[in-house]
Formats: sequence, structure tokens, C-alpha cells
Amino acid sequence: MAETPRAAAPDPWARLRGATRARIGLGQAGDALPLREVLALQMAHALARDAVHAPLDTAALAEALRPHPVLQARSAAPDRGTYLRRPDLGRRLHPGAALPAGACDVAFVLADGLSATAVQRHAPALFHACLARLPGWRIGPAVIATQARVALGDAVGERLGARLVAVLIGERPGLSVPDSLGVYLTFEPRPGRRDSERNCLSNIHAQGGLSPELAAAKLAWLMREALNRKLTGTGLKDDADPAGLDGPAGG
Amino acid sequence: MGSWSAIAGGESHRFDGLATLLAAASPRRSGDELAGIAAGSDARRVAARLALADLPLAAFLSEAVVPYEADEVTRLILDTHDARAFAPLSGLTVGAFRDWLLSHEADGPALAAVSPGVTPEMAAAVSKLMRNQDLIAVARKRRVVSAFRCTLGLEGRLATRLQPNHPADDPRGIAASTLDGLLNGSGDAVIGVNPATDSLPTALTLLEMLDGLRARYDIPTQTCVLTHVTNAIALMARGAPVDLVFQSVAGTEGANRGFGVDLATLREARDAALSLNRAGPSGEVMYFETGQGSALSAEAHHGVDQQTLEARAQGVCRAFRPLLVNTVVGFIGPEYLYDGKQIIRAGLEDHFCGKLLGLPMGADVCYTNHAEADGDDMDGLMTLLGVAGVHFLICVPGADDIMLNYQSLSFHDVLALRALLGLRPAPEFEAWLARMGIAGADGAIRPPPLASSRLLQLAQEAGGG
Repeated sequence: MAETPRAAAPDPWARLRGATRARIGLGQAGDALPLREVLALQMAHALARDAVHAPLDTAALAEALRPHPVLQARSAAPDRGTYLRRPDLGRRLHPGAALPAGACDVAFVLADGLSATAVQRHAPALFHACLARLPGWRIGPAVIATQARVALGDAVGERLGARLVAVLIGERPGLSVPDSLGVYLTFEPRPGRRDSERNCLSNIHAQGGLSPELAAAKLAWLMREALNRKLTGTGLKDDADPAGLDGPAGG
Repeated sequence: MGSWSAIAGGESHRFDGLATLLAAASPRRSGDELAGIAAGSDARRVAARLALADLPLAAFLSEAVVPYEADEVTRLILDTHDARAFAPLSGLTVGAFRDWLLSHEADGPALAAVSPGVTPEMAAAVSKLMRNQDLIAVARKRRVVSAFRCTLGLEGRLATRLQPNHPADDPRGIAASTLDGLLNGSGDAVIGVNPATDSLPTALTLLEMLDGLRARYDIPTQTCVLTHVTNAIALMARGAPVDLVFQSVAGTEGANRGFGVDLATLREARDAALSLNRAGPSGEVMYFETGQGSALSAEAHHGVDQQTLEARAQGVCRAFRPLLVNTVVGFIGPEYLYDGKQIIRAGLEDHFCGKLLGLPMGADVCYTNHAEADGDDMDGLMTLLGVAGVHFLICVPGADDIMLNYQSLSFHDVLALRALLGLRPAPEFEAWLARMGIAGADGAIRPPPLASSRLLQLAQEAGGG
């Protein structure tokens, strides 16, 4: 369709776009997309790829978690390329990890996952809001983990003697949201836990997603229930609130 | 268990068992490396191909890569093998089979005649000895025709699945994307939406919306809500307008269990769909998706390479006479197919093996944001598959699937491909496009402005206009 100017006529696509974020009614350049749409897609893809490959600024993140004590850890994946190819290495702790044995009710792991941007932007707010809802809880040191998958939290939690581990992790970036954070909660973490033994909160971001404050409320609720009932996973999800605690597994 | 060896660069390489040999002969890909079964060097890879070239095809009938006793997919493959169709091939090695497939004698009818005698493992094996050019050339010779309300797979035709996904399953949003696709000439293979949730009421709402739209505009196509097969069974029991039953399937019993399905459930669903009497006389009511890596992801790969398992998944599809099958090739992620090169190779392999087995084989030409791939790679794969005679391609508005968060082809991409290669939609659908003023008398698709389109009413129902 040649984009003939129709000054007075309202564009019927405009109202349809109120019902979906899908890229509809884009127009044509011959059979192809108009250049502005090609470049818009390239920009969204570039932002998503940059989010996948950006390194986590661990110093800035530690600063944002103050005054809570922070430890650093990394997985057995030495670099981003290996991390993407070898999810098994991203689930294993690097042998040199210095994590002191202890005992706590919950340990938080802040993991880069597939979007360090998401962790950088949303994890501190979620962390502080959650701590505020857990008076009297023994909170382990916050562990900042790089080249990390969700299951790395199992090894971290076990080493710290945590009854629960909450992994705050960057989700796979989409074109519209490159900085979506997910949280995975696991009771009695130890290597070998299955995904069905975790509870997940996903889509925590500022573009119409779950806010860090609301996510903290849900997470604190899940944590209290998990300790009361001594489990996480499908058994806990059944009684979860109707807002829905289900979500796509991100890593 | 057989054992084979070959010399490469002065070194002898030994391969114990068919699974080992097939894995080592596979083109390099991250999923086989992750599983620890890929060749450790390029020389070993080619040595495996030398050994594989001399292997009799019949070896696949005496040694199963996944044990017969332990796996219903193996039992399905071997129990339904057509020895008469295999007879002309029975004296060939895998290497000689490759040469025969490329020969001028092996035309469309000849390939169709041997299809029931070719097991998935044979198809996978020969594909490992074929360059991309060979995969394209042989697939192009093998047309597979399937039909529901329109006829798919005819020579010179390329169909599309219109995929109007929405993150909240909003029927108005889905209708808006459907409208955009129809105006661009998409949707002859199926208008198929992936629901964001597992909810039965939502699936029912979407089915009724899509079927109503199809009926009101008399569109000669099929609709599908790609929900789990057990949901489809429940929906049909409630009288829902189910054209096609969808399911993702894999190449081992264990991986299928990970998807929550087995062969008996698929049979039950097909019978239920046939009993609705919506399909054409050929009874093609199933729609399957497959993808390399799904069995490893489910930890049910038995040490078999992901491409051989993909062909076995296609063997599952074949048993249920599908209208549509597609590989989701770039969707599963870089831990299985790392970059554009691996995605393109796998897409061509999946298409070739599917066609050789006799499937109406389509593709989701796609990539995720953590793979080393982009739109240029997809342009390449799309064009190669178009040349290879792919049954259908999936397309979404502006290449951006806002629910599944990955990039597929855009409606525009397929418009451009059809124009470039002179490929037309299914004939019944093409006639409808002409009636709606979307295609000209010469068949060329020229998307009309929505405001003056005969589909404007649809837009108004969807909340626009």
C-alpha cells in the first residue's frame, strides 16, 4: 500500500493498536517493510542483545544493596559465549567460590542470568522492599553471582546453610522489554532440585510488568508459606493468590 | 552393537554403536556438544561420515538407536516399517542412498514410493552426508499435498501460518493481528494462535472468535488454538469448533512424556477431531511442531544426536497423517543451535527429512535474542526454504512475536519471498484474496488500505475503525 496522505480520514489502525502492542499496519515499501519499521526492529533487537551481553556492574550493585553484607560468586562458565552454550556450567559454582558456612532463613542471590540490565535496575528495590517485610528473619549475606543460571542458587544456598534461597535473575530479553527480572524461590536448596520444586515470579519491570514493590509483597508471602509448609514448587502454587504466580522459566 | 572405524589424517577413529556414529557424523552444533556426544575434532567428524557412507541402510532395521523395549517411538518406527517400499533401497549403503536421492531417476513419484520404507534414522543418516545444496535439491523434488478447506503443498505454492499471538490472550488484539495478516495475504495454512495461558475458557473464547471470523468472511482456511492436546480433547468434548488438534512432539517416549503426551493420547485426539467431521475427505486434522534439542532439554536423549531425534519426532508425526508439521528451528535457543549458520543448517535438515518421510513440512524461520543470529540469517533461511519448496512458513506482525518473545518472519517477508520466487498462496485462498480485493487478477498481492478494505468491518468488531 502506497502511503497516500489522507489528511482528514482517521487511521483505523490507530484504534486497533490500543488492543495490542503487535507491530500491525506498518505500511509497505514495495513488498517490504518501510525503512522506519526496519530500523525500529533493529533498534529493539540491539537493545535486547546488549542486555544479554552487558556485564553486571557488581560494584554498583553491591553499593545499591548497602548496608546489607554482600558476597561475590561466579559460575563455572568462564565467559558469556560459554555461558550461552553450556547451561550446565552456569548452574555449577566456580570451585574457588568463597561462601562461608552458616545458618539463615533465607539467602538472596542476585544473578545476571540473560539480562544483567534487569538485575541492575530492579533487583535492589525488590531486595530492600522484601527485607522490610521480613522482620525477625535471619537473612544471609546477599550473593552477587555472574554467568549464573537459576540452579546456581541451589549450591549457594546449601553452602550458606539457608532454609530458603531466592534467586533474582535477569530473564531472556524480549524486543519490547529488555530488562525483565524473575525470582525463583527454593526450599532447602541443594544441587539437583528440579524446576517443579521452585516458585517463580516473572515479568518484573517498569513497562507494564509487576512492580518491585508488588513482587516483594508476593515473594514475602511465598517465603512465609514456604517455611510454614516446608516446601516450594507445585505444592505451594496451588494455594497462591489469583493474581497468578506462574511464569515462564528464565534460565 | 556394531562398531565402525575410518582413517582421518593418519589416525584411526573408532565408533561403537549407531548412535555414536550418527552423532559424530553430524555437522557441529551446540546441543550435541552440550550432550557430550559431538565429534571432538573436524577430522573425526569427517571420518564418521566416511564410515557412515559405507554403512548398509538395512543396519537401521537391526540396531535401534533407542532400545525397542524401552521406547514406544522406536516400536512405532520399526513396527510400521514398510518392507515392500524399502525393497528397492535394501541393497544400498547410506552413501549410495545419497547419490540415488540426487539422481534424475529419483523424481517426485519415485521419492513418494519409497517414503514408507524410509525410517527416521535412515533419513537423518543420509542428511548428514548431504550439503545444504543437496538437502534443498532433494526436498524440492518431493511435493507433499495436504488439504482441509484449502489445498496445500501444490507445485508453485507457498502457504503461511498467520500467528496472531497476544501476551494477555486479548481477543481484540488477536483479531487485530489476524486482520493485518489477512490484508497481507497470510493465513492459508492456518490461523493459529499460541495462547499465553493453559486456561480452557480462554482457549474456548479464542476458538469461537477465530472460527466465527473465518465463517463470517467465508475464508477457505483452518483455525487453531495451539493448546495442549489434552485441552483440545476436553474442548472438543464441550463442542468447541476445533479444526486442528495441535501438539509439540519429540523423538523419544521420555521426551514426549516431558510434553505430557504419548501415542495413545494423540490417537484419542485424532479420533475425536475426525468425529467432528470438519475436515476434508483426507482426514488431515493434526498439526505438530518439533524442534532439535527438545529431548536433551527433557533429559531423555539416550545419547542420540539431536537431529536424529528430530527425525524420530517426525516419525511420530507421520503416524497421525497431519495437515501441517513445522520445525521451530531457531526457537529452542543457542544451547542447541548457537548461531545463524547452525540454525540455517538445521532448518534445511528438518525440512529435508520431513519431506523424505512424506510430511507436509513447514518451518518457523526464527531466532531468539540470546542466539548469534539476526534478520539477515532469517532472510537466508527463508529464501533457501522457499527454493526447497517448503509447505508453509510461519509469520507474525512485523517479525515480532510479542507473546513468545522471539522473532519469526513478518507478513512482509513472505510477501517479498512470494514475489521473488513466483510462489502463490493455496488456490482456494488465492481466489478469496482476489474476491476481497487483496490480490489482483494476476495473483499479485497488493495489501489495500484498511480504511477502504472489505475487511474494515472486522477491524470495527476488533475495536478499531
